Amino acid sequence: MIKVVLIDDEPLARSIVKEYLQTFPEITIAQECNDGFEGVKAIAQHKPDLVFLDIQMPKINGFEMLELIEQPPSVIFTTAFDEYAIKAFESRAIDYLLKPFSKDRFEKALQKWLQQRNQNDQKSNTQTLLTEEVRQPEERNRIVVREGSNIRIIPVHEIQYIEAYDDYVKIFTQKEMFLKKKTMSFYEKSLDGSQFVRVHRSYIMNLQQLTKIEPLEKETYVALLKSGAKVPLSKSGYVRIKSVLGL
Amino acid sequence: MLTNLKIPLTLSLPATSKKRLLIAGTSWWLLLILIEAYAMVTTFSFSWVIALTDSVNMNLLIAAAGYITYTSLRYYQPNAKNYLYLTVWSIALAVMCTITHRYMMGWNLFPQENEYHKFLYASQIFRGLLVWFMISLIGVISWIWFFLQEQRAGEKREQDTLKLAREAELASLRQQLQPHFLFNSLNSISALAGSKPDEARKMIQQLSDFLRGTIKKDDQQVVTLAEELKHLQLYLDIEKVRFGHRLRTEIDKSEDTLYLTLPSLLLQPLVENAIKFGLYDTIGEITIRIITSTQDNQLIIRIENPFDPQTSHPKHGVGFGLSSVQRRLYLLYARNDLLSTFQIDDVFVTEVKIPQPV
Repeated sequence: MIKVVLIDDEPLARSIVKEYLQTFPEITIAQECNDGFEGVKAIAQHKPDLVFLDIQMPKINGFEMLELIEQPPSVIFTTAFDEYAIKAFESRAIDYLLKPFSKDRFEKALQKWLQQRNQNDQKSNTQTLLTEEVRQPEERNRIVVREGSNIRIIPVHEIQYIEAYDDYVKIFTQKEMFLKKKTMSFYEKSLDGSQFVRVHRSYIMNLQQLTKIEPLEKETYVALLKSGAKVPLSKSGYVRIKSVLGL
Repeated sequence: MLTNLKIPLTLSLPATSKKRLLIAGTSWWLLLILIEAYAMVTTFSFSWVIALTDSVNMNLLIAAAGYITYTSLRYYQPNAKNYLYLTVWSIALAVMCTITHRYMMGWNLFPQENEYHKFLYASQIFRGLLVWFMISLIGVISWIWFFLQEQRAGEKREQDTLKLAREAELASLRQQLQPHFLFNSLNSISALAGSKPDEARKMIQQLSDFLRGTIKKDDQQVVTLAEELKHLQLYLDIEKVRFGHRLRTEIDKSEDTLYLTLPSLLLQPLVENAIKFGLYDTIGEITIRIITSTQDNQLIIRIENPFDPQTSHPKHGVGFGLSSVQRRLYLLYARNDLLSTFQIDDVFVTEVKIPQPV
C-alpha cells in the first residue's frame, strides 16, 4: 500500500488529483490538507510515501513547509507558477505538474516516481533540493521554524545573528533562539547579502543590528549588537563587513 | 548667452536652432550696417568714417530695441487681439531709438561737419519710420518663432501623455491577466469538468465574460460605479469557486454612489490584492469588504482585508502591486494622494478616491 498526502489550499485542485488517483488502486490518500500547518502534522502522523504539494499557500509556502520536516518524503509539486520559477529544481528527480495538467501528464509523473521508488532513495533528493538554494517564489524575507509543536515565522529583520551548531544553526532574535537544521552556506546564499554578512566561519550577522566594532586582539575584532550580544569577526570576515559597509 | 534656466520649460529651444537663429540675425544685421553706410556714401557723399559711425550707432540701437522686443515676447505671448498694444509698443521704441540716435550723433561727434548735422535733422522722420519697420519685423518674426516653439512643445507633451497612457494600459492589462489567476481558474474548471460538468460550463462562461470585459474596455474609458461593480462581481464569482470554503465578500454600496464615475478596470487589481493578501496571510475564513461612499465631490472606495500584524509588515510593501494603480491615477489626475493604505488592528484598508467631474 502506498500512502499519499495532498496539500493544496484549493479544494478543487485537490479533487482533481484525487480523481486521477482513482486508477491507481494501490495508492490510498491518507489525508488532504488546506495549508502547510496541516501538512506538517499530517506528514508527521502518516509518514506518507509521497506528497502532492502546492507552492503558494497561506502563511507558509510549500518550500517553507518542507524545511520544517526532518525527513521530507518524496514530493511532486503541483503549481500554477510558470516554468521559469521552478526551473531550479527541474533537474531533480522530483517532478512537478503545471496546473492545469492532463491525466496523461499526471500518470507519467506518477509512473516515473513508482519506477524510481525502489532504485534510489527519493528522500535524499528532497533533502538535496532543500539544502541547495532554490529559487523561491518570493524573496526570502522570513524564516519558518518549528518550536515544539508550534510553527513560528520570523521576519528576517528581527534576526540578530546566526551561529553554526553541528548539523544545525542557531538563529538569535532579540529575546529568543531557534534551532534549524540547515547549513551556514544555505543562509549565506539565500539571505540578502547587503544586510546579512558571513563575518566568521560560524557566524552570519545582520548589519542592521550592528552598533559598533571593537578590536579584540591583534587583527581580530568583535561586533557589538543592539541586543548587547557580541559576535566575533574573523580576519576575512572583517574585510567582508568593511566592504559591505563601504569602508 | 541665453541660459535655459531663464526660459520657461515649455519654451526651451534646442541649442542648435538657437545658434542658427543667432547667426542668421547677426549676419542680417551686419549686412544692413554696410548697406546703410554705402547708401550714405554714394547718395549723400559723406566720408566712410561718418557713414559707418552713423550706421553702426543706429543699428546698435535697433538691435537693443529688437532684443527687448524678443525677450518680452518670449515671456509674454500676446494674442492676435493685442496687436494695438504691440503697435504702440513698437512705435514708442522707434521714437526712443531715433531721438537717442540724434542726440548721440549730434552731441559732439564731427562738430565741423555741418552737412552731416543738417542731414541728421532732416532725415529723422524717415529714420523713425525705418526703425519702426525694423522693430516690427523683429517683433513679428519673434512672435512667429515662439508661437511655433510653443506649438511643438504642446504636441510633444500630448504625445508623451499618450505614450504614458498606453504604457499604463499594458501594465494594467498585465496586472489583470495574472497568469497565476488564469491557470488556477483553468485548473478548477478541469476539476469540475469531471465531477460537475454543469458547474464547469458555468465557470467557463464567467471566466470568458471576465476576460472579454478586461480586453474590450478602453483604458481611458470612464464608467459608472455600477458598471465597474458588475465587472468586479464576475471576478469575485470566479475566486469564490476556487476559495468558496474560505472567502466571503461583502459589498456595501450606498445608493448615491452608484452613478458616480471612475476609470474602468480600476477596482479589480485592488480587490485581487486584498484577496491574495487576506488568503495567504491568514488561516481560516476571511471576509473582504468593499464600501463605497461620497464626500466633497469625490467617490471613495474602501477595500478591507484581514491580515496578521505579527508576521506581516505591509508598510514595507510585501509585494502588493498597488503601484501600477497609483501610477494610473497619477496619469489621469496628476495626483499622488488618491490611493492610500492603512491598518486598523488586524484589518488592512486600501482606500481610493476618485474626483468627480464638476
